[in-house]
Amino acid sequence: MSHIVIIGNGISGVTCARHIRKFSDHQITIISAETDYFFSRTALMYIYMGHMKYGHTKPYEDNFWSKNRIDLKRAYVERVDTGDKTLYFQNGQSLKYDKLVLAVGSKPNKFDWPGQDLNGVQGLVSKQDLDLLEKNAPNKEVCPRAVIVGGGLIGIEMAEMLRSRDIQVTFLVREKNFWDGVLPKGEAEMLNRHILSHHIDLRLHTNLKEIKGDASGNVEAVVIEETGEEIPCKVVGLTAGVRPNIDFLQDSGIETARGILVNRHLETNVPDVYAIGDCAEQREAIGNRRPVEAVWYTGRMMGEALAQTLVGNPTEYNPGHWFNSAKFLDIEYQTYGWVFSERHCPPYEQHFHWKHEDDTKCITIAYHKDTEKFLGINTFGIRMKQEVFDTWLTEERDVHYVVSHLKQANFDPEFFSNHEAAIQNAFKQQFQTA
Amino acid sequence: MYTLDKDMSLTGQPPATINTVQKIATIIGMAGLSILILATFNVNFPNKTLWLTLALSGITLGIIGFAYGAYSNRQEGIKNDGVWFKSISARGFLAWAAGIALTGFYIVLYFYAPLLGLNAEGDNTGVIGLFDPLSYLLSGNPASQWFVYGTLYTIAILAFGIKFLWKYRHNRYQRLRTFSVMFFQTAFAFLIPELMARLNSDDFSLPYTDLKNMWPLNYYAFDQWRVNDYLDAGTIGLALLLFAIVSVFVISPILTYKYGKRWYCSWVCGCGGLAETAGDPFRHLSDKSQVAWKIERWVVHSVLVFAVVMTTGVVYTYLGYDPNQYWLTKDVFLIGVGVFLTVLFAVIWFFRKDQLQKDARYGAIGYLVIILALIGMHYATGNNLFIFEAGGIRTFYGFLIGSIFSGVIGTGFYPIFGNRVWCRFGCPMAAILGLQQRLFSKFRITTNGGQCISCGNCSAYCEMGIDVRAYAQKGENIVRASCVGCGICSAVCPRGVLKLENGDLNGRIDSRSVLLGNDVNLMDYVNQKS
Repeated sequence: MSHIVIIGNGISGVTCARHIRKFSDHQITIISAETDYFFSRTALMYIYMGHMKYGHTKPYEDNFWSKNRIDLKRAYVERVDTGDKTLYFQNGQSLKYDKLVLAVGSKPNKFDWPGQDLNGVQGLVSKQDLDLLEKNAPNKEVCPRAVIVGGGLIGIEMAEMLRSRDIQVTFLVREKNFWDGVLPKGEAEMLNRHILSHHIDLRLHTNLKEIKGDASGNVEAVVIEETGEEIPCKVVGLTAGVRPNIDFLQDSGIETARGILVNRHLETNVPDVYAIGDCAEQREAIGNRRPVEAVWYTGRMMGEALAQTLVGNPTEYNPGHWFNSAKFLDIEYQTYGWVFSERHCPPYEQHFHWKHEDDTKCITIAYHKDTEKFLGINTFGIRMKQEVFDTWLTEERDVHYVVSHLKQANFDPEFFSNHEAAIQNAFKQQFQTA
Repeated sequence: MYTLDKDMSLTGQPPATINTVQKIATIIGMAGLSILILATFNVNFPNKTLWLTLALSGITLGIIGFAYGAYSNRQEGIKNDGVWFKSISARGFLAWAAGIALTGFYIVLYFYAPLLGLNAEGDNTGVIGLFDPLSYLLSGNPASQWFVYGTLYTIAILAFGIKFLWKYRHNRYQRLRTFSVMFFQTAFAFLIPELMARLNSDDFSLPYTDLKNMWPLNYYAFDQWRVNDYLDAGTIGLALLLFAIVSVFVISPILTYKYGKRWYCSWVCGCGGLAETAGDPFRHLSDKSQVAWKIERWVVHSVLVFAVVMTTGVVYTYLGYDPNQYWLTKDVFLIGVGVFLTVLFAVIWFFRKDQLQKDARYGAIGYLVIILALIGMHYATGNNLFIFEAGGIRTFYGFLIGSIFSGVIGTGFYPIFGNRVWCRFGCPMAAILGLQQRLFSKFRITTNGGQCISCGNCSAYCEMGIDVRAYAQKGENIVRASCVGCGICSAVCPRGVLKLENGDLNGRIDSRSVLLGNDVNLMDYVNQKS
C-alpha cells in the first residue's frame, strides 16, 4: 500500500482517484487550492447565470470522499521536491508522497497586451475567476459594458453569461469567423449570425491593441488594433485559449515544454511522477490529436488510464475516436471523428455540408476524397449518437453508408422533426453535380 | 490553481425588473384574484355571472400575459436565467408567502368549507356562491367547494400550461405532453363529470367520476357508497365499475410496460398536470440527496401498503357471508387478496430479485408478511379485520394522505419543496407504476456514450429528485421507479446526452454501451463488476 498524492481536484485528478479506489486500497490524497470539493468546471457559467447554485455543480455529495477513504486537502503547492518525494505548501506545511499525479489544469493565455493586469481584466477557468466576475460584473449598473477577447468556447460562454444580466458585450475575434480555426466555414458563419441575433456586438477580424485603465488601476476601455477605436468597458474577458498551469514546477526536475511532458503511460521523466489532463503534453501527438488536450473528456480518459497503471495494471493512454461537444448560446454542437477547418484541412479531406433553412441546424460530414471513407461529422442543433459513429469509424464505413444510415444515429428527443431525408437529398445532389 | 482562493460571497443580481407587459399582466391578474378574495369575505356582487367572468378571465389573462412578457422577446431554447436569484423560485420571501397562502387555502378548502360560503341550509354565499352561475351552466346544480377548487385547478393547468408551452416552444415532446395534460384536466377531470351529472334523475344517479383517476390515487374508488351507486345505475354503472378495476389491473400495466409510467404521471394525471404547469417554476427545489431518496422509497411504498390494507378492509366490510347471495363473499375476497399479493410477490422475486436493492427486499418481505399475518389473524381470532375497524382506517387515510399529504403539503409547499413532493413521497399510484417501470417496462433514459460533462443541470431540474448526473457521467441508462418521464433532464442538457426511450429490454439497465472514449480493452476492465 503506497501513498498516492494527486495535485488538482478537477475531472482528471478526481477520476484517477476514484478508479484507484475502485481497484485498490492505496492511500489517496487529493490536494487543491481552488475548492474543498470537486465541482464541474464546465458548469461555472450556469452558476453566474442563475441556472444552478455552486452546490449543484458538485457531482458527489460531500460525504462521498470520506466514505471512499479519499483524503482531501485544501492547500497551495509551492514546490515539488522530487528528490525526497515531498510537496511544500504555501502555508509552510509539507507532505510526503510515494507516487505523485499532477492534474493541475490550465490558466488563461495572456499575450502581453498592455494593461492586461488591470482590475477588471480576467479569464474564466477557475472558481476564483467566477467569483471575480461576480464582483466585477454583478449587474449592468456596475458593469454596463464588457469586452471579450478571443473567439473560442470560453469566449462564447462568457458572452452568454454577461448577456444573461443584460450587460452589453463586445466580442473581439481575431479570425475571419467565430472559431474558424476549428470549424468549417459554413458552420462558423452560421454561428456568427447566431451570436449577432443574441445582441452580442461581434467584431470579426479584430485584434486587441491595448487595455486602458484609470488612475486607480481599473479598466476603462480597450483599443482596437485595426481601427484605433476605443471601446469603454468595465470588464475585459481574456478567452484566447488556455495554457498548462505549471509555473510551480520550474525547479522540480520534471521536464516541461508547453505542458508537462509525458509518454503514452502518462509518466514524466521523473520516476513515480505522472501528469494527466490539461497540463499534460504528449511527447508524440496521438493520431490527429494535439499534444496538449485541454478537453474535459480527455482529462477524464487519462484519469481512467493512469489509475489502471497505478493499481498494477500498466495501461497506455489509448484514446478511441475523437469526440467533443459544446453549446453555443442556443445551438448544441457535437463532433465525432475529425472534421477540419479550411485552415487545417488535409488535402485528401472533402466536406459535405447541409444547413437547415432556420439557420440553427447544420451538419458537416468529412470524407476521404479518393476512397470516400467517412472521416468525421460535426452536427449543430441535431443530437447524434456517439456509439453509432464510433462503430462506423471503427468499421471504416464510406460516406454513402453513413448518409443513408443517418437515422440510426439520431438522438433527438421523441417527436422532434427529423432531417435525414433532406440531408440525403442534398447529399445526392452534391454527388450528382460533383 | 493559479490564484489562491479568496472568500467572496456570491450574490447573483439578474436584471430584476419585470417589463411593461408583465406589469400590466400583473395588474389584470391581481384584479381578477381580488374579486375572488372579496367574495370570500362575503362582499356580495350583484351580477354574479359578470363578476365571476371578470375574475376568472382576469386571472387567466394575467398569467398568459405575464408569460408572454417573459418569453415573447426571447429566442427559443432553455432560458433558466436567474432561477436561483429570484425570490419566488429560490425560496425567498415571495416563495414563502405563496406557500403559506396556498397551504392556508387548502386547509380552509378541506376542513372549513363553510368559511368559503358553503351552507348546509339555503343558498351558497361567499366565493362558492360566486361560482354558482358556472356550476348551474355545467351540471345544473349549485356549486360546492370542490367545484370552486376544480375550476381554479383547471384554470391553473390551462393558463400555466400556456406559459409552459411558450417556455419550451422549441421542444415538441414538452409541447405534446402539455397539450395532453391540459386536455385531460379540462375534459376528463372537469367537464365530463359535470356534464355527466346532468344525466342524473330521481331514479338514476352516477357517482362523480373522473375516468382517468384510478385507484389507489383515487382511494375511495371502491368505497361502499360508490360501488352501490354504480351497481344501482344499471349497465352504464357496471361498465364504469369494471373500467375502474380493469384500468388498475390491465390497462395501466400494459401502458406502463410499453411507455413507462410517464403515460400517466406526466401526460394524463391531474396532480402531475398541475405539477408540470403551475409547478414548473419550482421543479429545481426537489431534494437530490441520497437521504431523501431513502426516505422517499420507504414512505411512498408504505403509503401504498396502507392504501392496499385500507381498501381491502373497506371492501371487506360491505361484502356478505352467504355465497348463495353473491359469489364474492368476505372469505373469497380476503383469500383472493392474499393469493394475489403472494403471487405478485413471487413473480417479482423469481424474475427480478437481482434488480432489487437489499432494503427493497427486506421491505417487500416485511410488508408481505404483515399483510398475510393480518389476514391470518383475522381467521384465527375472528375479530375485526386488521385489528382496527376499517371505517376508522378509511377516515384516517382520507385525512392524512388524501387531504394533508396530497393537498396541503403536496401542493401548498410547491414553492418550498418543489412541485412533485406528493408524487414522489406520497402517491400510491406512482408507487405501483414505479414498481412496474423499474422492473417490467421498456422505458429508460439513455445516455449518449461519454459525452456527459457532469454539469448538473439534469439533476438540478429533475422534479423527482433523481440524481440523473450520477448515471449519465458513468454512461449508464437511467431506470428509476420514481421517474415520471417529464423529459426536462433531456431538454436542459447542454450537450444532448440524455434521451427518453422505449426500447429493447436487453441491456436496459446494464447498458453495455459504456462508451467513455478510451480503448475497448480498458473499458472492459473498468466495467467489470468488482
